[in-house]
Amino acid sequence: MSETKKKFLYVNRKAPYGTIYALESLEVVLIGAAFEQHVSLAFIDDGVYQLMDGQDTAAAGMKNFSKTYKALGDYEVRKLYVERESLDERGLKVENLMPVTYEDEDDDYAEKPSLIVVDRAEMSKIIAAQDVVLSF
Amino acid sequence: MSSYEVNGLVAEHDEEGYLKDIHQWNPELAGLIAQSENINMTPDHWEVVNFLRDYYEEYQIAPAVRILVKEMTKKFGKEKGDQKALYALFPYGPAKQACKIAGLPKPTGCV
Repeated sequence: MSETKKKFLYVNRKAPYGTIYALESLEVVLIGAAFEQHVSLAFIDDGVYQLMDGQDTAAAGMKNFSKTYKALGDYEVRKLYVERESLDERGLKVENLMPVTYEDEDDDYAEKPSLIVVDRAEMSKIIAAQDVVLSF
Repeated sequence: MSSYEVNGLVAEHDEEGYLKDIHQWNPELAGLIAQSENINMTPDHWEVVNFLRDYYEEYQIAPAVRILVKEMTKKFGKEKGDQKALYALFPYGPAKQACKIAGLPKPTGCV
């Protein structure tokens, strides 16, 4: 069946709580993970805010779904590409993002980081290499 | 019936029986929901329900069955992390039925 696996990339470009896009994207990723495809995520523009560490939604009266990104490893989603320029333009550093990890079963279940910071040119190549790109 | 009542607590639920406000959950309420699902709660049932609650607390989602099996295996061993064993405990689906008893929303991607 492995030859029928396709490469899916979910591109996230919006801040987490102003619109429903970020949450919808995350839910589609989790549902899609049941179909055992190669799934990875990209965070571009305001989408990088979705990964900010220490999110607090109490005042907004919304569910803080940022913790759910940390479950992606369980769902075998292990590559979260973050665009360096988008971080720079917003005065953010990778240290401002929450740690997201996965357990590598081929390496005694060692916890490994899922976040991969790439520059714009690399991101273009990553997008070009996909079979399916879904933009949120 | 659109709400559960136990010890003076009135907890609303949706048309499928999932709690509307997960914060209203308590073990007595879980027992009542289990009853309405014709499930007699044993320590094995509680293990799954408590596992789901912990998972939800940590990740804000109820896991899909595949993930539940995988994670239960990691935590409790192969006998507990077994799809058949989980279906024996929760005949209408471990994620769906156990989540309802745990007071969690219907699992994302539950088909």
